[in-house]
Amino acid sequence: MQPAQILHPRPEGLYAPAADLYIDPTRPVARALITHGHSDHARAGHGAVLATKETLAIMGARCGPGFAGSTQALAYGEEITIGGVRFSLRPAGHVLGSAQALAECGGTRVAASGDYKRHPDPTCPPFEIMPCDVFITEATFALPVFTHPSADHEVMKLLDSVALFPERAHIVGAYALGKAQRVMATLRACGWDKPIYAHGALLAVTELYREFGVDLGDVRPVQDAPKSFYAGAIVLAPPSALQTPWVRRFPDPATCFASGWMRIRARARQRGVELPLVISDHADWPDLQRTILETGAGEIWITHGEADALAHWCAQQGLNAKALHLVGYGDEEAEGAAA
Amino acid sequence: MNRFAALLDRLAYEPRRLGKLALLETYFRDTPDPDRGWALAAMTGALNFKNAKAGLIRTLAAERTDPVLFALSYDFVGDLAETVSLMWPADSARANATLSLSDVVEGLQTTPKGELPGRVAAWLDRLDENGRWALLKLITGALRIGVSARLARTALARLGGREPDEIEDVWHADAPPYLKLFAWLEGRGPAPSANTSVRFYPPMLSHPIEPEALEDFDPAEFCAEWKWDGIRVQAAAGIDAYGQRAAHLFTRTGEDASDAFPDLVGAFDFEAVLDGELLIRREGRVQDFNTLQQRLNRKSATAKLMAEFPAFIRVYDLLALGKEDLRALPFAARREQLESFAAAHPFAPIDLSPLISFNTWDELAAARAKPADGGAGVDAEAVEGVMIKRRDAPYLAGRPKGYWFKWKRDPMAIDAVLMYAQRGSGKRSSYYSDYTFGVWSGDELTPVGKAYFGFTDEELAELDRFVRANTLNRFGPVREVTHTKAKGLVLEVAFEGLQRSRRHKSGLAMRFPRISRIRWDKPPRDADTLDTLEQLLQRGETAEG
Ligand SMILES: [Zn+2]
Ligand SMILES: [Zn+2]
Repeated sequence: MQPAQILHPRPEGLYAPAADLYIDPTRPVARALITHGHSDHARAGHGAVLATKETLAIMGARCGPGFAGSTQALAYGEEITIGGVRFSLRPAGHVLGSAQALAECGGTRVAASGDYKRHPDPTCPPFEIMPCDVFITEATFALPVFTHPSADHEVMKLLDSVALFPERAHIVGAYALGKAQRVMATLRACGWDKPIYAHGALLAVTELYREFGVDLGDVRPVQDAPKSFYAGAIVLAPPSALQTPWVRRFPDPATCFASGWMRIRARARQRGVELPLVISDHADWPDLQRTILETGAGEIWITHGEADALAHWCAQQGLNAKALHLVGYGDEEAEGAAA
Repeated sequence: MNRFAALLDRLAYEPRRLGKLALLETYFRDTPDPDRGWALAAMTGALNFKNAKAGLIRTLAAERTDPVLFALSYDFVGDLAETVSLMWPADSARANATLSLSDVVEGLQTTPKGELPGRVAAWLDRLDENGRWALLKLITGALRIGVSARLARTALARLGGREPDEIEDVWHADAPPYLKLFAWLEGRGPAPSANTSVRFYPPMLSHPIEPEALEDFDPAEFCAEWKWDGIRVQAAAGIDAYGQRAAHLFTRTGEDASDAFPDLVGAFDFEAVLDGELLIRREGRVQDFNTLQQRLNRKSATAKLMAEFPAFIRVYDLLALGKEDLRALPFAARREQLESFAAAHPFAPIDLSPLISFNTWDELAAARAKPADGGAGVDAEAVEGVMIKRRDAPYLAGRPKGYWFKWKRDPMAIDAVLMYAQRGSGKRSSYYSDYTFGVWSGDELTPVGKAYFGFTDEELAELDRFVRANTLNRFGPVREVTHTKAKGLVLEVAFEGLQRSRRHKSGLAMRFPRISRIRWDKPPRDADTLDTLEQLLQRGETAEG
């Protein structure tokens, strides 16, 4: 069977005609498979939604209980056949509950990886390779300039700075779903055992992580307190909050930002970041290459990001690559960036 | 090299002046000679490698990287040195090898041109990513780490327990890697000193420029100063070729005008050649050209004339210092030395023509429009425009293209009403700092432009408070502000010109608009009308046509 008969791009997203099912549709559809809870992938208003139970819980927390007509949870490795197409999910290592979707029919395997990363993340199970004929990949950081350092290394930079400036508060901009909890967990792994303060916008998802058994230690909401109370504190906040008067409550705030984009100096400086932390939940350039080769796929479809560079590399490897130019998928790591 | 790279990296992200000073002082204290001297030279723009330029980096990138991927990456990153440092295919296991800054600087200075690419590539292989960035920045020369020579010297002063002005005195007497300077700062040697010589240097001249042409240039690459309405002179003094003390005042054509200005020349207490503007100062104010003309018209300088028209030189360039010809240095480096020089010669009949502080052409336009507020103070009447000079311009005889520009123009101004405000970016990101303003068209306000500078930090805070307290509607980062005939805020907006524009609702587009005054006193109903702008536009069209 031709892969495109199993799955092909439509304006709404990747579509499986035999199952009348869309993967991460950007508009309301009758049946959707959702790879993970980031808002550009997981939208409210679909009829039936298939996803991991973690992703369903995240959608419920972010969009309210009536976010879909009906929901069905699928565990990693579990299979479901719809309209003759067999679907299964495997960990994508991106955020809690994130999954790659495998669609199989007539011996042809098409894997849609959603957003993914290969670097270790204590808050979600690691990415699993799914051998396939067509591998559908993102390309957010698909340029040779992007090699992410280890998150531990970046968090140690933060701890060094906290030790150097004990009178200042370190405000870390981190996306509310996934990045913030990964930074918290990494702080714990690096030995930070004091309370971590969190902006109100991070609390609900953080609580959800905890309910799913991710230990983040003592996380407290930021409360009205004299400035000196936050001397030496580490405070996590959504990136957009870094640019508001909210930060004025902290003593001599040191602006930090956890994002893969922080590798580019101009991007860090443009946002007034003093301490860039290169921590990304997307695969970097070497990992994109490694993953593509490991899947054994002969055909690579690129959903969004720096598609030109990745397609160029694929062609050099003799792989058939095409850019799908799917629209509507942003990039949560750039959230809050000045227009 | 690692230590130097770490210093640059931390300086690049440290926004606080005191933080930068602390980093520099620690580095100078903990780093041995000659590395620290080379670092100092690199940060103050005193290094220039004849054979190692940006072209070399492009050549290496072409050899070691895929051209398509390099082009895409460069396009994304926007900085050559950074792109190459990030994508250089190096073996990270071998990185952090012991390569000193001195090895690199001396290598860049002495390696024959043909061998240089191989040498630099070998270094890149031995360095980690940060080290590669520092090396490549050293070659391109644009460090952009927010360290001025003045800041570096202040750090040196702290290192030696001296005053910054003492550093200015000795700065020009030593050369990279500043062994004597550091020895003096650490109490191991005498203050550096140098001899001098005297001569005339054919002057460097400028080209006229229009504001729209400026938009092709990066303001960070330029300095600006006032264009003074006087006569161009050179002041040269020191020990001449025969070992004699000599002092001259040269005109721009090289004629010796010393006899007409004995009051000036007799007071030259320096060993240097200065470029500047001869002006008359009375009662603490620089006089206009008409007054100067009265002194120039007299052939002989009587005591009465000198008392009535006291002359001085407002200096803007330093061509030689002691025996050293500085003309090959970049303008920014000469300028730094001139500033040291002026500070070190408080009794000479000279003063320093100040640089105009600006980050954008808009800000320069604002200073140009209101020199009194832009730094010229009481001397504003003697300003006939601004001079714009490339930071990296050597001092070249004649009128070389692309280095110095003069910008003479009269701005226009109107009173407009604040309609919308948008949050700024960077430092101003928590303030509403971008203002859309309108003028009356019948009973309605029509937006005619947007301005985001021209005000002080205090004024910004007041404007921000006004916006927050008078918000009608919010649209994302934009707030609509109350703007009725009775209630609202009037802004005096100055601009350089008007053009017809179909993209704007008003049919007009302003060039370089900026807030020249906040009219807290003025009710919105008294603001200007679209007709006023139309008249200004027609006047402009007639004038230019
Ligand atoms: Zn995502
Ligand atoms: Zn995404």
